[in-house]
Amino acid sequence: MSPEPHPAQSEILPPLINLKPVNWFFDVNRAMSLWPVTFGLACCAIEMMAVSMTRFDIARFGAEVFRPSIRQADLMMVTGTVTKKMAPAVVRLYEQMPAPKFVLACGNCAISGGPFKFEGQYGIVEGVDQLIPVDVYVPGCPPRPEAILEGVFSIQEKITGRRWWPGPEEMPSDPAPPAKAAT
Amino acid sequence: MALSLAVFVQIIVAVLLVIGLMVGNAVVMVYVERKACGFIQRRPGPFEVGPRGLLQAVCDSMKLLGKQIFVPGNIDWPLHFLAPVVAFLPVLLLYLPIPFGPYLTSLQVDDGILLILAFAGLGAVSNILAGWSSNNKYGLLGAARAVAQSVAYEIPMIMALLAVIFMTGTMNLTTLVEGQGGWPWQWNIVRQPLACFIYVVCLVAETNRAPFDLPEAESELTAGFHTEYSGMGFALFFLSEYANMLLVSFVCAVFFLGGWRGPFLDGFWWTFAKAYAIMFFIVWIRWTFPRVRFDQLLNLNWKWLLPLSILNLWLTAVVVKLAN
Ligand code: SF4
Repeated sequence: MSPEPHPAQSEILPPLINLKPVNWFFDVNRAMSLWPVTFGLACCAIEMMAVSMTRFDIARFGAEVFRPSIRQADLMMVTGTVTKKMAPAVVRLYEQMPAPKFVLACGNCAISGGPFKFEGQYGIVEGVDQLIPVDVYVPGCPPRPEAILEGVFSIQEKITGRRWWPGPEEMPSDPAPPAKAAT
Repeated sequence: MALSLAVFVQIIVAVLLVIGLMVGNAVVMVYVERKACGFIQRRPGPFEVGPRGLLQAVCDSMKLLGKQIFVPGNIDWPLHFLAPVVAFLPVLLLYLPIPFGPYLTSLQVDDGILLILAFAGLGAVSNILAGWSSNNKYGLLGAARAVAQSVAYEIPMIMALLAVIFMTGTMNLTTLVEGQGGWPWQWNIVRQPLACFIYVVCLVAETNRAPFDLPEAESELTAGFHTEYSGMGFALFFLSEYANMLLVSFVCAVFFLGGWRGPFLDGFWWTFAKAYAIMFFIVWIRWTFPRVRFDQLLNLNWKWLLPLSILNLWLTAVVVKLAN
């Protein structure tokens, strides 16, 4: 190890060649492979697991590669209650993520403190946006997996400037809805 | 073999082709792996990016290319950047003695398998470099595990291959293939089933794949030795992992499954078909079995595979001696 300790380098340099088509190409690729961190804080994390599993399958949009190491991830889903104890860890994780990084605040707790926000509460950070910049807010307690998918689409829209997948209103309606919807 | 100009040109062309094969293999295998994972878990897998998700792997690699390279503090600079290169480059060399087809061998080496086994050890070196240099406790633990694992599993692997070498009396991979027939019952797997089984288990362990992916066990070590690598460093590790998988599959196909010999129309397509069948097998068990504990991993090796491979080697030697 070198005798002189040197700090981590994480400044973001401006692009050397700033060509619009090249940037657009990389942006599209970024949008199509948003790898989330394996990182859950409370009950909303269960919905994050559900969205990567059978019926909802975030893998269809290339975002199922849950990376355990924050260095290889692009998307941080803050799923759940951010307690004051957890807050330093959340900030630290965010700061360790390499540059094109996006944050999705998932659930009422991460947006505003949710059901734990009351006068005199002492343990909860009321909204993760007090700690780190948030790109997309997905409301719900917990949000449905479809809503998390929609949040991912919104991030893709934010990166590339257009929506890639048809919204629910543009989908062809089912000719005969199933008699009993599974709950 | 004189190192004439022709040989030199041949090696250059072969290396270029092998690089193409490695990159193409990684792109295909990323897609196949994610699709297979999806199907095993009853979901479609990558589906929307490109027709049926075909562009997914391309998007991933482009994204990794455009990712910021993060340099953690207090690392060992030269080693940190050397490690992904050391992971990637030796694999190139290892493809040279593989006989893909009757006339499609990059380099005719008499001791081809010796070359492969000798340089395959460099993969563990790159893991140590990566884990040590990145100043991260998880990285270091992952590196320690990688070394313990690859040193342990190399021994039964070599013993299993040695049994076949005793039987056929050659280390030349081309001669090995020529000694086997086209039909499945003429392959070495029939004469050496135990060796083939041991080799397949060791092959999964040597390439650090689940259920033996202890060096990068997510639940315990975040990402093991490549925890601190972002962007292209990580991509190179990934590339070399898939290249290593393909290499051991090729060795398995040549040693046990008759190489380029098939029931009809011998040619390189048989080698590739067999190797990719083994690749698919590796992917399949990855998504089917849970990860073992580290003591289970080492117990399996030292208490079962090693005695079995020694027994197999001894039996082979006796039979060969009696037959002569
Ligand atoms: S928003 Fe509701 S479901 Fe989500 S973490 Fe908070 S309490 Fe749990």
